[in-house]
Amino acid sequence: MFNIKEDRSKFPTMKDDGTLDFDLDSQKYVKIWQGPNHPGVTGNMALELTVSGDEVIKSKTHVGYLYRAFEKLMERRKFIQCFPICIRMCVPEPDINEYLLAASVEELGGIEVPEMAEWLRTLVLEMARVTILLRGVPGQGGTMSLGMGVQWGVYIRDLMLDRFEELTGGRVYHMYIAPGGVRGLLPSGFKERMEEVLKKIDEFVVDIDNLMFSNAVFKKRTKGVGVIEKDWIDKYSVVGPNARAAGIMRDVRKDYPYLKYDKLDFEPHTEKDSDIYARSRVRWHDLQASVDLIRQIMAKMPEKGEIRAKTPNVLHWKIPKGETYKRIESSRGEYGFYMVTDGTEYPRRINLRGPSYNSAMVLLEKILVNANISDVSSLMVSLATCPPEIER
Amino acid sequence: MSIKDVLSPFLAWKKVFKDPVTVKDPFNDRPGAPRYRGFHKNELDKCIGCGACEEICQNAAIDMVPVEGIETKDGDSGLRPMVDYGRCCWCALCVDVCSTNSLTLSNEYTWIDSDPDVFRFIPGYDKKEWDNNELGWTKPKNYDLNNYDRVDMAELHPEERDKSFIEFVKGYSKEQAEAEADRCIDCGLCTATCPAHMAIPEYIKAIRNDDMEEGLRIMYETNPLPEICGRICTHRCETVCAIGHKGEPLSIRWLKRYIADQVPESKYKEVLERGLEITPKSKKVAIIGSGPSGLSAAYYLSRMGYAIKIFEALPAAGGMMRYGIPEYRLPYDQIDKDINYILSCGVEIEYNVRIGKDITIEQLEQDYDAVFSGTGLHLGRSTRIPGSEHENVYFATDLLREISLGNEIRVDKKVVVIGGGNVAMDITRSLARLQNKKYGKVDVTATSLETEDIMPADREEVVEAREEKCIIDPGWGPKEIVIENGKVTGLNVVKCLSVFDEEGRFSPKFDEAQKKFFPADMVVESIGQGMDLSYLESIKDKLEFSDRGRIVVNEKYQSSLPWLFVGGDIIKGPDVINGIANGHTAAKGIDEYLSSK
Repeated sequence: MFNIKEDRSKFPTMKDDGTLDFDLDSQKYVKIWQGPNHPGVTGNMALELTVSGDEVIKSKTHVGYLYRAFEKLMERRKFIQCFPICIRMCVPEPDINEYLLAASVEELGGIEVPEMAEWLRTLVLEMARVTILLRGVPGQGGTMSLGMGVQWGVYIRDLMLDRFEELTGGRVYHMYIAPGGVRGLLPSGFKERMEEVLKKIDEFVVDIDNLMFSNAVFKKRTKGVGVIEKDWIDKYSVVGPNARAAGIMRDVRKDYPYLKYDKLDFEPHTEKDSDIYARSRVRWHDLQASVDLIRQIMAKMPEKGEIRAKTPNVLHWKIPKGETYKRIESSRGEYGFYMVTDGTEYPRRINLRGPSYNSAMVLLEKILVNANISDVSSLMVSLATCPPEIER
Repeated sequence: MSIKDVLSPFLAWKKVFKDPVTVKDPFNDRPGAPRYRGFHKNELDKCIGCGACEEICQNAAIDMVPVEGIETKDGDSGLRPMVDYGRCCWCALCVDVCSTNSLTLSNEYTWIDSDPDVFRFIPGYDKKEWDNNELGWTKPKNYDLNNYDRVDMAELHPEERDKSFIEFVKGYSKEQAEAEADRCIDCGLCTATCPAHMAIPEYIKAIRNDDMEEGLRIMYETNPLPEICGRICTHRCETVCAIGHKGEPLSIRWLKRYIADQVPESKYKEVLERGLEITPKSKKVAIIGSGPSGLSAAYYLSRMGYAIKIFEALPAAGGMMRYGIPEYRLPYDQIDKDINYILSCGVEIEYNVRIGKDITIEQLEQDYDAVFSGTGLHLGRSTRIPGSEHENVYFATDLLREISLGNEIRVDKKVVVIGGGNVAMDITRSLARLQNKKYGKVDVTATSLETEDIMPADREEVVEAREEKCIIDPGWGPKEIVIENGKVTGLNVVKCLSVFDEEGRFSPKFDEAQKKFFPADMVVESIGQGMDLSYLESIKDKLEFSDRGRIVVNEKYQSSLPWLFVGGDIIKGPDVINGIANGHTAAKGIDEYLSSK
C-alpha cells in the first residue's frame, strides 16, 4: 500500500564509469551540507550533498572536525600512559581500545595475562557491546523521529553504566583493561545486580521488536534502502554486522577467537537483504547474543584469581622491537590496532583500523547516491559510523 | 507488510503507566560507587613526595609543590602533589603507582565553583568536604604497578665462607641487575639523602640501558670509590627508598657494585677521560691520610688541575677501608682498583710517612699551598671496666689493622666482643674465621648495651654473623673482665634497661639483679673509635675546637687556619660515604681558597 512508483526521468543519468552525469551550473542542483553539527550525525563529520529536489545525487564525506591526534600523542607517551588516552578513539565503546592496547603491549612485551583477568576482560567487552547497542539499535528509529525507543534504551544503558561504575570506577571511560591485567575483581553482589539489568534488556528487546521492527513506517523507510551489494563486502573491507546483514559471516570472535570466546556458545546472526532493516535487525540480534554471553561468562568465570600479571616497571617499560596487529570484534565489526615498537619506552607507531573509516569514506558516499535527503541520517546510522574513530 | 505492523507499535502505550525514571531528585544525593574514581584525597603525613604520581600522569595534571608545614628531610622531598582538574582525566594511575598508598580518590564527583583557579588544588592540604569520604578508588587488592620484591643476592653458603676471607657476596648477574634496576621509580629521595648526593636514579637508568660506561661516568661525578662503596657503603639511600615503604628497598649498593664490576680497570682511563681537558694549575695541595676523604679530595683536586701529594702513615692506601674492614666484605683487589685509578690521574702518594713524626705540619704548610687532613678514627676506645687493662683485652681496630697488614694475631678458643656496631660485627666475624681455621670451631660471643632492635650494626651483619655460628647476645652492660691467676676467664654483665635518656643523651640504666657471665680467654672492645690529632699539636692553639673536641670547620671543611681543610671521620661520620662527600666538598673549598689567594 505504500509502494509509489517514482519518476526518475529528471535526475541525472549514470555514466559508464559509475559517476553521475550532471552540471552544477544548470541550476537544477543545489549543494547543502549535513554537519559537521547535525543531530543526525553521530559525532562531528560533514556530508557535502549535491541534491536535486529532495534526492541526493552526490555525497562527499568531510572529516577533520574533531581530530585530536591520539595516534601521534601515543608516540610521545609511555605504554602505560597510552592507556588513559587510547579510549578516546571511540567514546561510546572505549573498552575495545583498552583491550587492544593491552593485548598488543602484552604480546610484544611477552606478558601472559592471568585466567581471571581474561574472563573479566571478556565480560567488560560484552558489557560495552551491550551498552553501545542499547543506544545504537533504537537509534536507527531515532533517525526517523521514532525517539521513544531511544529513551528506553538510554535508560537501560544508564543501568548498565551503573554496573560499569561499580566494577571499574567510571561510567563512560572505564579504564579497566590495563596492560598486564585488569584493575579489580567483581564487587560482591555484582552478578545479581547485573542479572536485574539483563532482565530489563530482555523486555527491551521485545519492546523494540514491537516498536521498530514490526512497524509499517519503519519497514517502509528501511527495507530496500541503502543496500550494500554483496560484491562490495570484500571490495571495500566491509566487516561485522554490515557484512552479516548481506549474508556473509564476519565475526572476529568466531574467525580469530581471542580471550575466552572459544569457551562460549554463541552464533552471530546473519540476514540476506543488506538494507537498513537487515543491518538494524542484525544489531538487534547481536544485543541479545551479548546478553546471553554475559550470562554465560558470569556462570563460567572463576570466583577468584590473580588479576594482574607481573610486568616490568610501567614507568620505564621498554618493549622489544617488533610489530603486531591485534583485532577484536567491536559492535561495528573488526577493529584493530597495528602497533610497532622499537625497543624504547615509547610506541613507535600505533595505528587504528576501524570499520567506520570504510563506512564513512566509501560506503556512505556510494549508498547515498539517489537516496532521499530525509534518509541520509538513517543511512549513516545504519552503517554505525563513529567519526572519532575515523580521525584519531 | 501486515496489519500487525500497523498495530504493534501501539503496544508502547502500555508504558504510559510506568513511573518516569528521569525525574530530578534534589533531596537525595546519589553517591558514587564504592570504587568510583572521583576527587583526589592525600594523606599528607603518609605521602613522602616521591613524585611517582607526577611521573605517570600522562596529562601533566600533577605538579609536585612545596607545602607549608611539611619539611624537607631524609626520605621526604617536602613536596606534595597539586592536581589540576583542567587537565586530570581521573584515570587513577597516580593512585595505582603511589609508593605509600597515601593518594586515593574519593567517590565524590560534583564540585561547582565560579572561580576557575580553585580547581587546581593540593589534596589533603586544601581541605575539601570529601577528605573524609571512606569510599572511592584505592589500589585494588593484589594489584600494584610497583614491584616490591628485591632480587635476591647470591652469597656463599655460611659453611663455605666461615673458614676463609674470600668475598662472600657474589654480585648480581646482568639479568638480576636489570630486574633490580627496573624497580626504581626515579624519585630521587636517595640522591637527596646520600651524603655525596650521587645521581642514583641516573646510574640505575644506565643499568636498565645496559650502558655501564655511562653508569661509571655518572658515579665518578660524585664518588671516585664506586667499587668500595658498592660493597660496604652504609647505604642510607636504601633506608629512604620510596619502594621500601611497602616492600624491600632497591639494593642500590649492589647495583653500584654491579656497574663498577662490569668495567675493567684497563678501560677506566678511556671511559672517564674521554673528552676531558685539564688545565694544570701551579698550586700544590698536600693530603694527610689516604682514606676515603683524602682520596676523594685528591681525585677531584687533580681533576681541577692541582698537583696533589698524599702522605700515608701505613704501607698501603685506603685508610680504614683497608685496615678497618675485613677482606671478606671488601677484597683488597677491589680497593686497589679504585685507588689505582685515582693514582693514575697524577696523584702522588708517599707511604710510611707519619705527619708530626717524619714531617711536621709546619713543613707541609710551607711546602704546599693548602693541606687537607683526613686522618680518621684509628684509636680504640676502652670500656674502662675493671680488668680492661689486661694484655689479653684488645681493641677491635688494632686487631683488624693487624689482620689487614698480614700479621698473625692472637686467637683464643673462647672470645667475647663488647660492642654492637659494624666494627664489632667485623671483628666478631673475622675472629670466627680465624678460630675456624685454627681450632675447627667457632666460639665468639658479641654483646652490646643496645638491645637487638636498636643495635647500630646493619641488620644483615647480625644475621650473617649468626649464620657463621657467632653468638650475638645484645642488651647487656659490661661490668668486669674477670681475671684469675693473671688470665682472662670471662666477662660479667648486667641487664641494660635503656641506653639513652629522654633527651637522647648516652646514659645507660642497668638492672643489677639480672646478671650473666660470658666465659672467655680473650676480650675485644669495640665500643667506638677515637682520633689521634697529635700531629696537630704544634698548631693546636691556632685551631678552633668544639665542646666535644672536634675541629671546627666551615661548610667547605676549612678550619680556622685558612690553609688547613679537615674532613673524613674526624669531622663527620664515621662512614666511607660521608668521607667521600666531605673530601669532594673540601676539594671545591680548596679550589675556591686557592683561586682567590
